[in-house]
Formats: sequence, structure tokens, C-alpha cells
Amino acid sequence: MSIAQVETRKMSIAEALRETIREEMARDERVFCLGEDIGIKGGFGGAFTVTLGLSEQFGHERILDTPIAEAGIVGVAVGAALMGMRPIADVQYADFLFCAMDQIVNQMAKMRYMSGGKVKVPMVLRAPCGATTRGAQHSQSPESFFNHLPGIWVACPSTAYDAAGLLRTAIRCDDPVLFFEHKKLYGSKGMRAEKGALSPIGEVPQEDYTIPFGKGVIRREGTDVTIVARLLMVYKALEAARLLESEGLSCEVIDPRTMVPFDTELVVESVRKTNRLVIVDECNRTGGWAGDVAAEIQERAFGSLDAPILRVTAPDTPVPFAPIMERFYVPDEHRVAHAVREVLKWR
Amino acid sequence: MGVCENLSDEDWITSTHRPHGHAIAKGVSLDAMMAELFARTTGCVGGYGGSMHVGDPAVGALPAIAIVGGNAPIAAGMALALKMRKSRHVVCCFHGDGAVNEGAYHEGVNMAAIWDLPVVFICENNQYGASTPVAQVTRLERLADRARGYGIPGITIDGMDVLAVYEAVGMAVARARRGEGPMIVECETYRYCGHSRSDTRGYRAREEEARWRERDPILNLGRRLVEAGLFTDQDLADWDQSVQDELDRAVQFAMASPEPDPRDCLSHVHVEQGW
Repeated sequence: MSIAQVETRKMSIAEALRETIREEMARDERVFCLGEDIGIKGGFGGAFTVTLGLSEQFGHERILDTPIAEAGIVGVAVGAALMGMRPIADVQYADFLFCAMDQIVNQMAKMRYMSGGKVKVPMVLRAPCGATTRGAQHSQSPESFFNHLPGIWVACPSTAYDAAGLLRTAIRCDDPVLFFEHKKLYGSKGMRAEKGALSPIGEVPQEDYTIPFGKGVIRREGTDVTIVARLLMVYKALEAARLLESEGLSCEVIDPRTMVPFDTELVVESVRKTNRLVIVDECNRTGGWAGDVAAEIQERAFGSLDAPILRVTAPDTPVPFAPIMERFYVPDEHRVAHAVREVLKWR
Repeated sequence: MGVCENLSDEDWITSTHRPHGHAIAKGVSLDAMMAELFARTTGCVGGYGGSMHVGDPAVGALPAIAIVGGNAPIAAGMALALKMRKSRHVVCCFHGDGAVNEGAYHEGVNMAAIWDLPVVFICENNQYGASTPVAQVTRLERLADRARGYGIPGITIDGMDVLAVYEAVGMAVARARRGEGPMIVECETYRYCGHSRSDTRGYRAREEEARWRERDPILNLGRRLVEAGLFTDQDLADWDQSVQDELDRAVQFAMASPEPDPRDCLSHVHVEQGW
């Protein structure tokens, strides 16, 4: 089928995720959802409306509301996955992953390895992240913790098209997948809408497509500097690229789409062209994902670099509440543009 | 044995950092278990797990989970899958006295309770968490009383009497198979040896150990079989010898098995290799 023949629908990320879950549950009876407040009649359909309406179609056995018990949610999903089901577990905020750390780190990620490959854990763990004026325990970007964890894959879609394609891959994958969704990108509606959200609406083909993990995309082509960014930071990087265009600077913006596996090749190839790299990340700076990418790229492409690799990250503090402080905390287009100008001083 | 005799290969157990007895009772090959302890490629989990992770999915023994209480929600999840498939099979979740004070245990048992899952929690109360006596870490005299907090039945039985265990767990398993939900079966027992090889057991009296040893379940079962005229002393001696022979063969098998290639440590991290 050629692309011209495929019908597309305009969707938010929340809608794209919901429709993908709906299609996968209809396609495969092993797929089911569990989490807090995901199917209660009259409830919100998950903290950000992703599962809204699904319990009416699939019933409460397959849209399974749980107690507030994140270790239990992840553990139950691991157990069901071990038995051949394909659970999609949901923690309302990525911050709550920490309540389930043993189940995620010691159980979900290691079960296959310590069984010598005799078992598999095909499950998805969805986690909404990002600063949204909720303070230190409902606004974190904890992705970097899980970048360090062998045994799982980590997805981080920034568009509705990617959200659907990556989630489909995640559900069909035989390994555990941690699926980060940014609260300011969902496009949740009504009372669950986020103040100040970007909520990109995108074209989503009405077809059964998957996006392989470890394949990033170039969001904007450029020649002077490469900017790597994920989730909300993709949009900050693109905005910076627009600002810099008026100064005659050309930025290439890469969205890796998955953290694990990471598309090192795409970045190396780009850096060979631009000779400069800036990494933008909403995670804290020390020990974070941005530092890891910087290390990887300098090992692989040191000879191509004309400037130090710069990181634009959140500072090493908890996420503050006051909106004016939070705006300072989260990297924005101006900080990205500043970093680009800095690396371009090295001629 | 008293637990696993109630189960088929399609029923499952989840085990703990002390999994060897459970694995033997569930039918994991002695040769493969011994080879695992010897870190050989023929080990039941290929040398990737070791002593604390023995098991074999082919006989319904999930490779053991060595985090105290960590197996409770996983057992509940396995039981959820069985229930969703309308299977009549069950999960038995072995855990110790220490697990009942873990948060994950609470979350797992509660979920099993609210959804009437076919899982039986087998609490082996061996009186000590490493060196700490159980009375020091809970106000309850009977750990099975925790069950009331979940709205499910719990019983405390003599874990040194294999027939009592068989009977009680049989009842709990039958209940679970009928869809009546989980139970906690607390088996009062004792850990003869130290917590680990370096443990000299300075925290308890030798008299206490001797009292528990008098109740040894294997010796007592033998005595009862002889008293009932089902076995002779010679039969028991032969039985012991056959077990010893089987263990000797397992050791020989393990020692004759190859060690892994160091680079094998890079395998089995993920299923998917294609990206």
C-alpha cells in the first residue's frame, strides 16, 4: 500500500496511545491494562485520560483497576507476563516508579537473565514524566535512572505518530519496555488538560505500523551543530533552531525516540557533518542521560568534534514548585540557543 | 514436599533465596540443580542464576526470587494470568517469616485477596530472619493472623509434620482451584543451620536447636512409616542410601559439566536482538 492510500487521523499523543491500546487489545486477547483509576466508571481513565472509555469496550477484567500499590502493580504485571500475558501497567506519575523500584530493577529487568533465558517478561510499563508545576514528587524526569538498567528497553515518544508506532512495538515486544510519556505533550482534554502544555497534534495513519526501537529521526536538518533531545526537549530544541536561523545558524535536531537502545549511529553520522554536539535533557545533570550520550559520542567521533560537547539539563536540584522557579529549572529554547552559540565559538 | 505433593507440573511455585527444597519437591532435576550450584552450563538456569535462583519453568518452578517478599506480587500476577485464562491451576508462593514485614508482600497478598486469585501463600516461619528472632519484629504470635487484615483465611500448622502440611495445603489449594481465593498457611518450622556459611549461630541456644531437631520431619515420617508397618528400618536405610547415591551422581554430573565461556555473560539480557 502506498502512503497516499493510507487514511490518516489527526490525534494528540493521549489519543494515539488510547487508540493503539484499543487496537492491540482487540487484536490480541493476551493484552490487558492494569493501574490506578484507569477504568472506574465516571473516573478519569488514568491520570491523563489515556485509558478513558476502554473499560466500557473491554470490561473491568481487562482494564483492571488496582489499589494504590505500585510495587504490586509492577509485580502483578511481571507475574502475568511470565505466564504469557501482555500486560500494560500504568503508574500515574513517573515519580511513583520509585515505589516499585525492587519490582522494576530486581524482578522485571532481571527475570530473564537469571533464568538463563528460560522465561520472558513481555510487558509495558507506562510512566508520565516531566515538570508541570506539581513540585518535587509529581514532576520528575527520572528516565536516566532506567537508562542504567540492563534488561529493559526505554521508549520516549515526542509525537503522536511515534507514540502509536512505538507503543505497538512495545506491546508486541517479548521484553519489558518502560514507556515514558511527557505530561506536557499528551494533549489530555477537559479537566485533565495541562496548563502550558504543547500537546502536539499529529497525523496518525490508520494502519498497523510499528516503529523499531533504536532508530532515531532527524526532526530538522542542519549543518552547523547537532542537537539531540527527547520528549518535550525536542520542541525546545526545534524552537532554539528557529531562533538561531535568524542569526544565520543551521541546527540539526535529532530525536532518538528510544533511550535504550540508543541510535548512536545517527548521532555520529550527524556529528561527522556538523562537528558540534549539544544534548538537551530534562533529567538532572549529574549521572544523567545527557552525560552518557556525550561520553558515547566522544568515544565514537572524537576526531570529528571541533568543540566540547555541551549538555543543557535540569540543575542538580529536586523539581521546584513555584512556576517562576520551574521555568528556570526546565531547559528552554534560550538556554539551548546559548549552548549552540557557545560550541560555535570553537572555529 | 507436603506442599508440592498437592501440585502438578502445570501448577506453579515461586520460591525464595533458600529455594533448594522447594525445587526438589517440585521436580527440578537434581543434576541440573547441582550443576547450577557448581556454575556449569548444564545448570538448571545455565549458570546465570546460581544457588539463589534455581528453578525450571518446565515443571512449574519459577526460577527463585531472592529478594525477601519480592515474589508475592509476582505470584499474584501469575495467578491472575491463570484466572484470566479460566485455568484450574494454582500458584504456591513460598516465603519466610521475614517476608510478612515487607511492603511488596502486603501489596501482593492484598491484590490476590481482592481479586480472589488462585494462590496460596506458604509462610515458612523458621523463627529467625538471619539472626533476628521473629518475636522481635512483629507483635503477632501467629503470622497467619495477618490474613485477617486482608479478609482471607489463614492457618498456622506444624511445619515439622509433613502430613499435616500436605493436608492443610491440600485444603488451601482445593479452595483456590474452586475460585475461592488465596489463603496464608503458616508452617512453624526451624532453620537448623546458620543463615549463611559464616553464621556461627551465637544468637540462640544449642538446647533450642536440639529441641527442634527432635521434631525433625524426615526422621519422624520414617518413624511413623515403620510404626505403621509400611516400612522396615532396612527400607529406610536403603532409601537414605538411594538419596545419597542420587546426590553423588548429581555432584559427578556437575563436576563433569563444562564451565560457561566468560563472554556468555553478554547473552540473555533481552529476547529481542533485532534492533
